[in-house]
Amino acid sequence: MTSIGQKGRRQSWRQAFDRIMKGLIILAVVVAVIPLFLVLWDVVTQGLPAISLNFFTHNPPSPCSASEISSGSAMCFGGILNGIEGSFLMVGLAALIAVPVGVGAGIYFSEWPESRLSFLSSFTNDVLAEFPTITIGLFIFVLIVQTTRTFSAVAGAASLAIIMLPIVARTTEVSLKLVPTTLREASMALGIPRWKTIFSIVISTGRSGLVTGILLAVARAAGETAPLVVTAGYLGFPPSGLFQPTASIPYIIYNFGTGGDYSNWVTTAWGAALALVLFMLVLNLSVKLFIGRKFAGVRAEI
Amino acid sequence: MTASPKGKRGSSSKGDLVLKAAVGAAAIGVVAILVGLGIELTNGSWLSIKTFGLGFITGSTWNPAFDIFNIFPFLLGTIVTSALALLLGLPIGLGVAIFLSERRGFRAGATVLGSLVELLAAVPSVIYGLWGLIVLVPFMREYVEPTLKTYLGFTQLFNAAPFGLDLLTAGVVLTIMIIPTISAVSRDVLNAVPNSQREAMYSLGATDWEVIRKAVLPYARSGIFGATILGLGRAVGETMAVTFVVGNATAIPTSLISPGYTLTSLIVNQFGTTTDPLSDAALVEVGLVLFMLALVINFFARALVWRMTRSTRFRV
Repeated sequence: MTSIGQKGRRQSWRQAFDRIMKGLIILAVVVAVIPLFLVLWDVVTQGLPAISLNFFTHNPPSPCSASEISSGSAMCFGGILNGIEGSFLMVGLAALIAVPVGVGAGIYFSEWPESRLSFLSSFTNDVLAEFPTITIGLFIFVLIVQTTRTFSAVAGAASLAIIMLPIVARTTEVSLKLVPTTLREASMALGIPRWKTIFSIVISTGRSGLVTGILLAVARAAGETAPLVVTAGYLGFPPSGLFQPTASIPYIIYNFGTGGDYSNWVTTAWGAALALVLFMLVLNLSVKLFIGRKFAGVRAEI
Repeated sequence: MTASPKGKRGSSSKGDLVLKAAVGAAAIGVVAILVGLGIELTNGSWLSIKTFGLGFITGSTWNPAFDIFNIFPFLLGTIVTSALALLLGLPIGLGVAIFLSERRGFRAGATVLGSLVELLAAVPSVIYGLWGLIVLVPFMREYVEPTLKTYLGFTQLFNAAPFGLDLLTAGVVLTIMIIPTISAVSRDVLNAVPNSQREAMYSLGATDWEVIRKAVLPYARSGIFGATILGLGRAVGETMAVTFVVGNATAIPTSLISPGYTLTSLIVNQFGTTTDPLSDAALVEVGLVLFMLALVINFFARALVWRMTRSTRFRV
């Protein structure tokens, strides 16, 4: 038959097109991953020279000209102590607010999924999770900074708490929903009231998911910059009170990274970036350890 | 405790009520935050709303010295950079999603690459900003933009002196940042496509690509659209990375390689430069505009993605 030759040619053209498209898809994956390696490479190679023990025990340096730096003046070399203390203070405070509220909301989403409030709140939670963080910062600026008339750790922590809350709530919900219904039923059948069932059976079984959510939220909050610019501001020293401007590691990266005329400032920014990335890495590894295989699905997109 | 059955039953239902009230309050709190955001942002920008009215959005002068605050150029900057990011990021993000979900076509390395792309989302935006400013900006200025100008300079889009700190560079940084969003959500949507769709197509002798193109993508269309809109939301709201590289110029940008401003970078960069109440109110009003943009975008996107993945595991 004459059509066999034609058919064969069409067949091979289809195969070739299939290979081309699959090749393009693999190319897309490569293009997507390259920036990750480029960014990490630059952070490590540019950040390492900045890091020493002093980097974690000193406040940031003064702006220095090239000649001052080469003369080795002590004021040209510094660290990120104020940022480390400020970040820990604000992220810690934020977690104190966000964890109980977030876990509570997550329990509600998971245990009363059929209620109207659950639908509304869960939807709002998703919207809030993707909200531009700068608007959250401005909200706290109006609510707290303009009222107290000062940038403060409290204001910074409040904005970070709002950013952490949806992450904690969502991971709590997902991990509690993974607890088998049979476990709940067994507990209820023993006459244990619902609230006790939730606390003792459900939460203790879904615990690793809860911890994961909290770690993810902390990682996210530790890297947030924009809301802190409008709520916490900056101070060249470690915080000594809750109602004064407070530095943070990401703010140092922003502030010193844009100080292009002073090479010692840019070096400080790279060092701070490396410190932040290492902190994230530790958190992410802990997440992997906590969730293992079983909760692989819980890892929320952040 | 005396364990009379009746007392026990009474306390247990009371415990249930207390728990439900407590966690219900937390759920209400989530809603209250969003409502509070809208109220407080309106409140804080009232002075500016009263002074400029609609001219705030349509006017193009931003001059703190004369107390004139209009944001049209920055709205334009946000639209242009986000559009660029979508244009570049959608094909790449969708490609990644297909790679991760269509296991029959791509057997190797999907898990490792999947977590690498996830890691891309975990890098704080301020670090992308620093990298963009110090590594990407010179690269764009020296290599990419002169080339674009040589070959595409006849269009208005690339007709300017290459500067590096400009809308195009901001668009590229945004592209990197929205790829994980688009790919993660699209992957979930593609995973939610029933396998019978694929099997039916394969049984007709289709190639992998034909299955993806004709059976998977059409079925997932609305969800992918939702993922794209979510990516758009991230691009519109992204602040720090853009602030580093967009150039921070208040004039209307005349080309893609001219410096500009986005709404978000305007807030961060102008913040604290004055203590004038009107300028504060104007910056808060920029936040209010962003709030409304984000609300519309997210609402729309969530509704699309929800419809598609509600039946399966909820992930994002």
